[in-house]
Amino acid sequence: MTTEAMPLASNKALQRKLIVFACFLVTALTLIPVVMMILVAFQSDAESMAAKPSFWPSSWHPENLTRAFDLVPLGKYLLNTVYFAAGTTILETVTAALAAYAFARLNFPGRSWLFGIYLATLMIPSQVTLIPQFVLVAKLHGIDTWPGMILPHAFTAIGVFLLRQFFLGIPRDYEEAARLDGANRWQAFVRVIVPLAVPAIATLAVFKFIGQWNNLLWPLVISNSDATRTASVGLQVFQDTNGTQWNLLLMAATVTTIPLIVLFFLTQRWFVRGITMSGLGGR
Amino acid sequence: MAVDTAPAVTTPAPSQQSLKPTPRWRSREALTAWLFILPSLIGFLIFTAGPVVAAGVISLLNWNLFSAPTWAGLHNFARLGPDPTFWSALGNTAYFTLVSVPLTILVSLALALLLNQGVRRVAVLRSLLLLPYATITVAVAFVWIWLYIPHDGLVNAVLGWFGINGPEWLISDNWAMPALILMSVWKSFGFGMVVFLAGLQAIPQQLYEAGRVDGTSPWNSFRHITLPMLSPALFFVIVTSVIGSFQVFDQALIMTNGGPGTRTTTLVMYIYRTGFENYDQGYAAAQSLVLFAFIVVITAGQFLFQRRLVHYDN
Repeated sequence: MTTEAMPLASNKALQRKLIVFACFLVTALTLIPVVMMILVAFQSDAESMAAKPSFWPSSWHPENLTRAFDLVPLGKYLLNTVYFAAGTTILETVTAALAAYAFARLNFPGRSWLFGIYLATLMIPSQVTLIPQFVLVAKLHGIDTWPGMILPHAFTAIGVFLLRQFFLGIPRDYEEAARLDGANRWQAFVRVIVPLAVPAIATLAVFKFIGQWNNLLWPLVISNSDATRTASVGLQVFQDTNGTQWNLLLMAATVTTIPLIVLFFLTQRWFVRGITMSGLGGR
Repeated sequence: MAVDTAPAVTTPAPSQQSLKPTPRWRSREALTAWLFILPSLIGFLIFTAGPVVAAGVISLLNWNLFSAPTWAGLHNFARLGPDPTFWSALGNTAYFTLVSVPLTILVSLALALLLNQGVRRVAVLRSLLLLPYATITVAVAFVWIWLYIPHDGLVNAVLGWFGINGPEWLISDNWAMPALILMSVWKSFGFGMVVFLAGLQAIPQQLYEAGRVDGTSPWNSFRHITLPMLSPALFFVIVTSVIGSFQVFDQALIMTNGGPGTRTTTLVMYIYRTGFENYDQGYAAAQSLVLFAFIVVITAGQFLFQRRLVHYDN
């Protein structure tokens, strides 16, 4: 551990430094597009639209923020996105948790075949249901309405599947104990199962919220006015009406992305833990 | 399964006998179960199961949404054969999948391995590397258009430093698809990276120590310890990436609008165009069912493959 270990140790230290350097380099490269989005958002009109793009703004124009909001009802679009994402997330999480509890813990005739049908639909791409869902919503006069936007995307098998997996892992004894205390099924679910499953439920909710905040196809098809238009669709309108006024467009893109990034950083502990606990990472 | 919250119950563990449900619970159990399932089931039947069946029916109709549908039989499926746009969309989707999935897996695995080397502040780097995953596809698609601006965009400016004359990315027949793929890999590698990191951190260190005692080389310990132990995570990321890349839409719509020509028209974009621009709902439904069939075949293939290669530790 004295003379012979010395060169080995310094070799290790060098190796370690290289690894750290590589990590930082890759991270920096990865962040370039996000940094560019923010930098260009603050450039002047002329600079952002010049034939030879510049990266660092030669002058800063924070008023681009208010200009972006003036050109397009961006605030309304963002609020709509919150309604859409929150509405689908809340409905999905609550109904999936209830159903998953029954599939995991209660015996009833037809349980296995019903769950089989749920599982079978996991592989169906959303494009298969897109056209029938659109037809259904149109027939019910749901185009451009909140129920028409939210309901078709609020009930998926994946939530039921994930939560059932988690509920199966909660020891039955916990619930038995509550039962001996005189709790009924509902009370056992609310007071014992749900509190234990908070990480799994939160993971499902974060995944769902991010997915719907990102969703372009469904809002593009079902929303055709500012009443329900979401931010991802709204950004496109931006491009159509203003050509490529890059500074304002990328300012709008920044504003649309930041809430999601903030939410993501606040919840990523849950998210990472959820991935680990669901056994997806192997064990 | 780690449950680190203490249960909020004070009664002692129930005896063997009490594990049997009391008659009152059992008699009401089926009814209770249906009440729990009902909210999900109603939504599921109306908005998932029903529409799947309806897609089958609509694919057999000529229908533009506005006038009464007429029976078409299998005509919509027969139209697929001589439709060059459909085949080009299928080819583009396959190209996208075959290149983007292996690339995404390689990048996320390499980064997970790097971060797992015990770099301090892994959490900070991991969060930053996850940033692209947490951005809106549509928003960052616009940034990438800007980065890909011919001649003086950032991508070509950097290539210029190395004396490379970069192509006109998004309007080039040969480079539009690679440009979309590069952006998509950037957008999605973070998810795989997190799954792999979770997997790597779950591998027992004793395995490596045993290997070290035996004088195993780093490459061999990667091949014989890391890869087998990581195979469930690999399998999961591959299956979800393949399904996701078959459905690629947002970035293609924004960055190239399917062009030049139909070079970047993906299957989903073609379904969208057929259904909501040409109002040919029957034909669009037929296309979506073919896409579904491809996904089923490929996923089934992966599951067959999995039996041979994925190692489950139980």
